[in-house]
Amino acid sequence: MADELKDKIREYVVDEYVEEGEEIEVKDDTPLISGGLVDSFSMVSLKLFLETEYKIKIPDEKATAETFDTVNAIAALVREYADA
Amino acid sequence: MVYGTAAREFYRSELVGIRNDGLFKEERYIVTPQGADIEVEFPEGAPVKKVINMCANNYLGLSSHPDVVAAAHDGLEAKGYGMSSVRFICGTQDAHRELERKLSAFLGTEDTLLFASCMDANAAVFEVALGPEDVVIADRLVHASVIDGIKLCEAQYDSYKHMDMKHLEKKLEQFADKRFRMVATDGVFSMDGDIAPLDEICELADKYDAMVLVDDSHASGFMGKTGRGTHEHCGVVGRVDVITTTMGKALGGASGGCISGRKELVELCRQRARPYLFSNTVAPVVVTASLKVMDIISETTERRDKLERNTLYFREQMTAAGFDIRPGVHPIVPIMLYNAKLAQDVARDLYEEGIYVIGFFFPVVAKGQARIRVQLSAAHEKEHIDKAIEAFKKVGEKYGILGLGKKEIIDKYGM
Repeated sequence: MADELKDKIREYVVDEYVEEGEEIEVKDDTPLISGGLVDSFSMVSLKLFLETEYKIKIPDEKATAETFDTVNAIAALVREYADA
Repeated sequence: MVYGTAAREFYRSELVGIRNDGLFKEERYIVTPQGADIEVEFPEGAPVKKVINMCANNYLGLSSHPDVVAAAHDGLEAKGYGMSSVRFICGTQDAHRELERKLSAFLGTEDTLLFASCMDANAAVFEVALGPEDVVIADRLVHASVIDGIKLCEAQYDSYKHMDMKHLEKKLEQFADKRFRMVATDGVFSMDGDIAPLDEICELADKYDAMVLVDDSHASGFMGKTGRGTHEHCGVVGRVDVITTTMGKALGGASGGCISGRKELVELCRQRARPYLFSNTVAPVVVTASLKVMDIISETTERRDKLERNTLYFREQMTAAGFDIRPGVHPIVPIMLYNAKLAQDVARDLYEEGIYVIGFFFPVVAKGQARIRVQLSAAHEKEHIDKAIEAFKKVGEKYGILGLGKKEIIDKYGM
């Protein structure tokens, strides 16, 4: 289940943020925001995707550069709010 | 004590962090008027050095143009120095309205509202135009002031990959249920010189019933055959709903910006835009000088034509010399170096050679995309450009990067 979740997040990140022609491999621990792939402005689409896809509500103060920095961290966040 | 030890230590550690990250910005003191030839004191206390300025937004070379300076002098005598008021109390002179009319005529829009800067215009427009029922979808590389303006409004916001029309269309489809959709883009992107495909954007906007906002700060006055801007360049004059732009770049370079577009929206901004309501009016001297700028660029395309020739010449010669240049037609010419240290080293050596340019690197541009941004001007004569090219070649040879592409430069210097 966890892997499916991470796969889905990874797939979205690649589709949404990797520019055409860019060769960037997104692993579970690849730093997305501190690594420069996703900036804080465009992070909002990821939050919107997670909320729509998993029918959760992530408070704005929880959607930080740290909690959204890796697929692992995002998956943990989704699980936290899915369980809530 | 309010400013106690904890606060002081915090600010100090932040500054140390900025320095350690190599992001500390230092000002260089220019002791001459702005122009192609300037004299610079850098670092502070160093002897003044004569250099060719290749990094100003002085695209049309009007910043110190004698007619513009004379118009500023005349304006100072005729209209005074300050107005000591916001626009709507007692800060609007006839000259302010005249400039708004001239800007509307030049840009091909219905009405215009002046602001102290384009940053203020961008801070104003989204909040007035959009509410919580709406969405603004912005190109990912829009200027920071557009992002700030979007964050100040209550609308949902989202972004699309840089100039990726398929991605934009996907987003427009996704937000079909919103009351208003607004697409926001720069006309020309400041770090790349990329020109937004406004024709395609307007097509998509028509298809999905969206408004289009363009920050044309790096285009007003010279893009397009008669210099109206990116909308003229792309053949969509009259189809862009809102243009925000600045007088602080090609149009004299002093200060001031505007929102120009659909008359109802501009009128509503005149009623509600907070940076308009709560910030001082544009100084009379800036207004009268800007009026002269509008006259100069409306009478002849000579200056934008010269800028175009300078740009073409520089791009051709630098490409022939073996530099990796982001292709395009804009006077912003990114010399790609990819590695941040290399960009800083090359810029420093060029300064020693009498060429004033700046290296840009993360977070100003994406990681691994470090570059030197050269900006051409109509103030440059062929001799200036030739001297710059020779200096670039000399420094390029020193670092062994001539003829190398992206992969080779990265192999040699790393990301």
